[in-house]
Amino acid sequence: MSHDPQPVPPEAPRHPLGAPTARREGRAKVTGAARYAAEHAPPHRVHAWPVPATVARGRITSVDTTDALALPGVHAVLTHENAPRLEPPEDPAVAVLQGPAVPHRGWYVALAVADTLESARAAAEAVRLTYAAEEHDVTLTPDHPGLYLPKEVNGGYPGTRERGDFDAAYAGALVTVDATYTLTALHNHPMEPHAATAWWDGGHLTVHDSTQGSTKARDDLAALFGLDRRDVTVVSEHVGGGFGSKGTLRPQAVLAAMAARVTGRPVTLALPRREMPAVVGHRAPTVQRVRLGAGADGVLTALAHEVVTHTSTVKEFVEQAAVPARVMYTSPHSRTVHRVVALDVPSPSWMRAPGEAPGMYALESAMDELAVLLDLDPVELRLRNEPATEPDTGRPFSSRGLTRALREGADRFGWRPRDPRPGVRRDGDLLLGTGVAAATYPVLIFPSSAEAHAAPDGGFRVRINATDIGTGARTVLGQIAAEALGVPEERVRVEIGRSDLPDAFLAGGSSGTASWGWAVHKACRALREDLSNRQHPLPREGLAVAADTREEIAAGSPYARHAFGAHFAEVQVDTVTGEVRVRRMLGMFAAGRILNPRTARSQFIGGMAMGIGMALTEHSTMDPVVGGFTERDLASYHVPVCADVHTIEAHWLDEGDPHLNPMGSKGIGEIGIVGAAAAVGNAVHHALGVRLRTLPLTPDAVLPHLP
Amino acid sequence: MEPTASPPDAAGPPPGATRSTVTLHVNGVPHRLTLDHRTTALDALRVHLGLTGTKKGCDHGQCGACTVLVDGWRANSCLLLAVALDGSALTTVEGLADADGLHPLQHAFMERDAFQCGYCTPGQLCSAAGMLQEAADGHPSHVTPDTVTPGAPVELTADEIRERMSGNLCRCGAYPRIVEAIGDATAHPAAPPVPHTVHGIGAVSVNGGGRTAS
Repeated sequence: MSHDPQPVPPEAPRHPLGAPTARREGRAKVTGAARYAAEHAPPHRVHAWPVPATVARGRITSVDTTDALALPGVHAVLTHENAPRLEPPEDPAVAVLQGPAVPHRGWYVALAVADTLESARAAAEAVRLTYAAEEHDVTLTPDHPGLYLPKEVNGGYPGTRERGDFDAAYAGALVTVDATYTLTALHNHPMEPHAATAWWDGGHLTVHDSTQGSTKARDDLAALFGLDRRDVTVVSEHVGGGFGSKGTLRPQAVLAAMAARVTGRPVTLALPRREMPAVVGHRAPTVQRVRLGAGADGVLTALAHEVVTHTSTVKEFVEQAAVPARVMYTSPHSRTVHRVVALDVPSPSWMRAPGEAPGMYALESAMDELAVLLDLDPVELRLRNEPATEPDTGRPFSSRGLTRALREGADRFGWRPRDPRPGVRRDGDLLLGTGVAAATYPVLIFPSSAEAHAAPDGGFRVRINATDIGTGARTVLGQIAAEALGVPEERVRVEIGRSDLPDAFLAGGSSGTASWGWAVHKACRALREDLSNRQHPLPREGLAVAADTREEIAAGSPYARHAFGAHFAEVQVDTVTGEVRVRRMLGMFAAGRILNPRTARSQFIGGMAMGIGMALTEHSTMDPVVGGFTERDLASYHVPVCADVHTIEAHWLDEGDPHLNPMGSKGIGEIGIVGAAAAVGNAVHHALGVRLRTLPLTPDAVLPHLP
Repeated sequence: MEPTASPPDAAGPPPGATRSTVTLHVNGVPHRLTLDHRTTALDALRVHLGLTGTKKGCDHGQCGACTVLVDGWRANSCLLLAVALDGSALTTVEGLADADGLHPLQHAFMERDAFQCGYCTPGQLCSAAGMLQEAADGHPSHVTPDTVTPGAPVELTADEIRERMSGNLCRCGAYPRIVEAIGDATAHPAAPPVPHTVHGIGAVSVNGGGRTAS
């Protein structure tokens, strides 16, 4: 059908959206052909190895690189004394090797560059640094004198919100819960360590970077090195997970670019796993006090969620854990507050569902405590507290599927009949219990641009700088394009993962498919329109249409837009060892239209699996003496393994919501973890009869409470 | 544009106190390499041979992303020094399939969507290939009932697969799909075991154990 003047048939042959299309890059990933950032080896490439600071606070007083430079094959050792000067960055955490100050243990203070990985590592170990160490403070306490009220928290939300008169309503409530929940720091630990391969070609910088957004990485690198953004290209074709930790520019890209400039050679730097907790962000620890006041019917009259957390001295990042309490339940008198203290710790940042994941652990545990106090089914308690409008803003919900998710999830799980008594179900040495918790995540959409192209041979090409960190972005964008064009998916090529493609927002905030998809949809619809009006054959170079969504997204929405969900978990507690295991888990989600059930299911289940880790295995300690994280490797920081994750089911409602985007989708990448840990914790209470309010529920935490 | 890939690294001093020449048979092809004694099998594959399908996740034997088969046994290649593997046969993800197709495990992983970011996937696949052979050879795991006949092939239930695959971390949480995919592949009549020959076991770290929740 070459030179067909109307390559678009009038009717779509089928509906690609909603089809369980297999991942476009699947074959490349199972054959090892997919290449990640460190796996690009331009000629004369050399390797870099970083040197982390060994004090928690202080200044470098001397640098001696003589021994390092004397080793065979060593090209350079960069320190603050000789590294290229950078422009002041938007994010101070990437201002590496710019001065002698050490803001936290593990901050990068030098970089060795050599012919081989082995030589670079040996050179890094041979760098001699002396420090003037200062007394450090790394310990978060709920009464820390440095705590203050931040104006804003992550996501741009106000730090504090008050409605009505919480104190009076709480004092007058018939039934009250006052509970404090404690979460340690958590680490993202994507399987691919943060890595970059960088080279300069004249004045042009190219970086293969493991980033969740190469448009932003390109802009940030250009600003740091004082370049026009046209003089920087960032490529992130395949990214081995990120979970937020690759959402911002990270030191590996900056250091690799510096080293490449100094040596004149392409440089690869992959961060050692043990150094990652200090330099790629973490979920900040939180101490969360939740107070609920209710009548005998369980309807909330007062709700306070007060969060204490830490940030670093480098920058302010406040985990917005009290924000979901502004969305979830009817509460005429409400107080949601964050307090933060800047400690000599690594800078916290995004980890899957920042705010919602820790905040909903506390809120949903407290709701379970209230249900127990009232002797009310916890599903029913939640149903009784459904708000008519978003409590914090009074705005109507564009759609709110929590009630249906709870009801249908309960049915599928076999929630009822349920004996509410805790600590009574035995299977040999095991105590059994079930738990439920709700989930929520906001609908976020950011401006993006895309280009759609029709070739004379009937093929189409969509170009957009989306990033596939494992979500299946290529695949779903191909589906969206095919639907908008009215052609089979096989005829649509998708190009993503390079900053010289049309600018797009990063893969974060569960916003990717909505943000990128909208731009792709708009470009494809415009192209389809052009083609259908066309009287002549396409020229040899085909026809391209560009679109961006700035206007649509700036227009905003009068609706409160959130995804919702419900988790159900069955656990066993070993009364001999204290080991808790999740026997089965079921998530029911209301997240708009599900565009690809195959990849969506994987994301929901993946989030739930990470929630099992949050509940049972993942734990990080800030050592007060050493001043750094103790669990810095995967032998001590326990991400769930295959044997920890038994039966997990994810289901979703068929939710039509016309107030979202042309595809009708909400984000799905993060809601799977939200509430998952609370469902497990509530099930442990039901099994054991003891309320444990500090995660994770490792055997040592459970042992003292065994019957 | 990205410059073209460099040839295998031949730089550096000749064999001697810090370097040795070894022959590694990788995916059936012999490679004679002069390597720094500190070079791991993983870096020999990734950096010196350009076989980047094998992944570096932790470089400490804790994540399993670097799993390959060494003389048929699965091993964390980051814990093996290449210089100690002279004459060994290594199978990487690039060598699992025949030239013109996919290994049944690769096919099943695609069918089941048993991965997301794909970074642990080559290690999962090689680990699964080795694990199938271990079970067929009658190696018990922590969850194998003590009623089974010693040395008889072990039936790969979901619990057996979960236990035997717990040395390979997946942060995307694809475990349920991985277990299903491996189950599919075991049912596949043509699932070819990767041939293994007995080798100096002392040099090989077998990745058969399972780390669990506690």
